[in-house]
Amino acid sequence: MEFSEQAPKLAMLLYGLIAFVVVVGGLLLFLDVVPTWVGDRRLQRQIKAADRAAATGTATGTTAPAKKRRKRRKRTEVWFALGFILPAMLLLMIGLIFPAIRTIGLSFRDRRGEEGVGLANYEWIFSQPEIVDVVTNTLIWVVLVPLIATSIGLIYAVLVDRARGEAFAKALIFMPMAISFVGASIIWKFVYAYRSEEQEQIGLLNQIVVWLGGTPQQWLLNAPLNTLLLIVVLIWIQAGFAMVILSAAIKAIPDDIVEAARLDGVNSWQMFWRVTMPSIRPAVIVVVVTISIGTLKVFDIVRTMTNGNFNTNVIANEMYNQAFRYGESGQGSALAVLLFILVIPIVIYQIRNLRQRQEA
Amino acid sequence: MAVFPRPRQAFAIAGAVVLALTAAACGDGDDDNNAGGASGECAAYSAYEGNDGKTVTVYASIRDAEADLLTESWSQFEECTGIEIDYEGSGEFEAQLQVRVEGGNAPDVAFIPQPGLIERFATAGKLKEVGADTKKAAEANYSADWLKYSTVGGKLYGAPLGSNVKSFVWYSPKTFQEKGWTVPQSWDDLIKLSDTIAGTGVKPWCAGIESGDATGWPATDWIEDLMLRTQTPEVYDKWVTHQLPFNSPEVTAAVDKAGTILKNNKYVNGGYGDVKSIATTSFQEGGVPITTGKCALHRQASFYANQWPEGTKVAEDGDVFAFYFPPIDPSKGKPVLGGGEFAAAFADRPEVQAFQTYLATPEHANARAKLGNWVSANKALDIANVTNPVDKLSVQILQDQSAVFRFDGSDLMPAAVGAGTFWKGMVDWINGKDTSAVLSSIENNWPK
Repeated sequence: MEFSEQAPKLAMLLYGLIAFVVVVGGLLLFLDVVPTWVGDRRLQRQIKAADRAAATGTATGTTAPAKKRRKRRKRTEVWFALGFILPAMLLLMIGLIFPAIRTIGLSFRDRRGEEGVGLANYEWIFSQPEIVDVVTNTLIWVVLVPLIATSIGLIYAVLVDRARGEAFAKALIFMPMAISFVGASIIWKFVYAYRSEEQEQIGLLNQIVVWLGGTPQQWLLNAPLNTLLLIVVLIWIQAGFAMVILSAAIKAIPDDIVEAARLDGVNSWQMFWRVTMPSIRPAVIVVVVTISIGTLKVFDIVRTMTNGNFNTNVIANEMYNQAFRYGESGQGSALAVLLFILVIPIVIYQIRNLRQRQEA
Repeated sequence: MAVFPRPRQAFAIAGAVVLALTAAACGDGDDDNNAGGASGECAAYSAYEGNDGKTVTVYASIRDAEADLLTESWSQFEECTGIEIDYEGSGEFEAQLQVRVEGGNAPDVAFIPQPGLIERFATAGKLKEVGADTKKAAEANYSADWLKYSTVGGKLYGAPLGSNVKSFVWYSPKTFQEKGWTVPQSWDDLIKLSDTIAGTGVKPWCAGIESGDATGWPATDWIEDLMLRTQTPEVYDKWVTHQLPFNSPEVTAAVDKAGTILKNNKYVNGGYGDVKSIATTSFQEGGVPITTGKCALHRQASFYANQWPEGTKVAEDGDVFAFYFPPIDPSKGKPVLGGGEFAAAFADRPEVQAFQTYLATPEHANARAKLGNWVSANKALDIANVTNPVDKLSVQILQDQSAVFRFDGSDLMPAAVGAGTFWKGMVDWINGKDTSAVLSSIENNWPK
C-alpha cells in the first residue's frame, strides 16, 4: 500500500477528526464557560449587594431598589431560560415538526407531491396484497420481539442475580447491544447461509442440521419461517438491553421487603410473582415500550438480510423503497404516517404511565 | 455543572479548538497552481478556454478503482483548461441524487445510468438541455439508437459516457477445448450444448441474482435478452414503455423461455445447488464455479470481467471468456442488450457545458480507454486503445452495424417497476412462484 495513494483518504479522515474536535470541543467549552460565567457574575453581585448592605446598615430585600433588582433579575432569568430552550425548540421544529407536517401533507398527494389524490395512497396500502403482507409482517414483529426479548431478559436477570460470575454472565448477553444492526444482520446471514448438500456448509445452522443427519435448508427463502428467523436477530440484540434495565430494577428492590417475605416463608416461585414482579413492574413497562417502538421502526435487519424479498418486508423498508427508490413520494409518505399512527398509542401509554408514577 | 474542573483545562481545549480551526483553514490552499501546463498537449483543449479557475461538481455511482481511472482520464482537461472537476461517487447514487436535486443541492453534472431517471428529471424541469457544442459532438460520435435514450421531448439532455454489453455468456475456453465443446452460434446449439454438459453430470448453468438492495436485477437482464430474441425490437420498445402489458402473452413466452434454463433443475445451479439457490447466490459469485469446473455457462454482462478470482486469465485462450448470447430467430437480426451512463447536467454554466462537450469527444473516450477497463459506444473510439479482450469484444459488438442495440429495459421503466416490482417479481419467480402470477402482480403495480 503506497502512502501517497492513500493520502486523499487520510486527509478526509483528518478533516473528519478535526471537525469532530471542533464541534464536540466547542460544545463542551460552551457548556462549561457559559454557566461558570453566569455563576461568577451572580456571586459577585451577591457579594457587592452584601457589601453595600453592610455599608448602609439596612437589611437587603426590603427596600424598593432591592425589589426592583429582584424583578430585573427574574426577567433576565426568563431570558436565560428562553436562550436555553430556543435552540432545542428550533431544532425540533426543523427536524421533527415541520417534516411531520410535510409528510402528512405529501401522503395525500401524487408521486411528485403536486396534485392532491385524497385517500388514494391509504387505499393503496390496504388494497395491494403485497403491502398488506408488509403491514402484517410488521405486526408480527411488534408482537413477538418485545414479548420474547423482555421475557428472556427478565428470566436471565433473575437467574444471574447475585450468582457467582454475575458480571461476566451479564456482559455475555449484553455484548450484542454493542454491535450495529447491520453488523448483527451480516453475522446472522452467515449463520443461516445455505450451501447445497454436496458442498461444505458455511452456515452454522445448516451445519448443525447436517450433523444431526438432515439436509441443509434455505432458511431465508421460506415464509413465514424466514420472518421468525429475522426476529431472532432483533431479540438477540435487544435481550441484553432488557436484561440490564431489569437487573438494575431487581437490585433496587429494598432488602427489607425481600427479607420480610423470606421470614414469611415464601418459596422462590412466590418470591418472583409476589415480590419481584410487582416491584419492577414500571421498569418492565419501560423496557417493553422502548423495544416496541424500536421494533416498529425495524429497517436495517430486513434490508441487510433479505431486502424485503421472500415475503419478509416491513413498513419502514417499504417506505424507504417507495419514497426514495421508486420516486413514489405519496405512497412512501402514507406508509410513514401509518408507522407514526402505530407508534402513537404506545407513546401515549408510556407518558400516562410515567405521569401516574410521578403522582404516586 | 462545570465540565472542566479547572479553568486551565478549558483553555487547553479552547487552544486545541483554535488550532484545529486554523489547520482546517490551511487545508485548501494548494489546489490552484496548476493552470497552464505543457502548451503543446493543451492545443486540443483550446475550444474549452476561458473557464480558468471554475469548478464543476460531478456525482455518479462509480466508485473506488473505477472512479480513480475516471478522474485520471480528465486530468489533462483540468490542467489545460484550469477547470477543476470535483468528483464524488456514491453507492446510494440513485436515491441520493433525488434527495440532492429536490433539496436544491443538485450536482452540476451527474452520470445517470437510467434513462427513466433522466426523463423524470427532464420533465420536472430540473435538467438543462445540452449546449450546441455538446450536441454537435454527441451527434457526431454516437448513433441515434443511443442518443434517443437521453432525448426527452426532442431535447438532448446528455451524451453517453461508458457503456456495457449485457448479451454475453461466460465460459471457460480451456474446459471447452479439453471436452471438445464449441461456442454455440444459435439458441438450439446452446440448448444442445447444455444437454451435452448435463449428460456429463455437471450442471451446465450457474447464476446468482442476490445483490443487496438491488437483488433480482441479473434475472431481469435474462428476461430482457429473451424478449429481444423472441420478439422484434419494436415489440421490446412497446414493452418497456408499457404499451404492451407486462402480463401479455409475448412477455409470458419470453419469461417461460428464460425458465427453460433458469428454472430447470437439470441445468442450474452449478456449484450452488438447486434453482432456488440462484436467489441467495450473490451476483459477484454467480459465475465463479466456472473456474472450478462445477458449471460451464454464465450469462452476465461485460463488466463481470472484474468479478473473477484473482489470477484468472480473461481472454479468448485463457481461463474464462465470453461469447455473444446467440439469437433464437435469425430473422429478427442480431440483438444486443446493453447499458451505460449519460452525462446529464443540472447547470448550464459555460464550464459545465465545456466539460460535457469534452466527455462526448473521441479524445476523452480514447484517453479513458487507454487506462483500461472501459467500453464506450463512441463511434470514434479506436479499438486499439481498448486494453482487455472482453472490452475489445464489447466494442466490436457495439460498433457492429448489423447489430440492433437496445438499452436495458429495467432502466427504461419507471423506477417503481424497473428498480422495484420487476426485481422483486423475478426473485419470487426464482423462488417458485409461477410466471403468470408474477407478471400479473408487476402489471397491477405499474404506476398509473
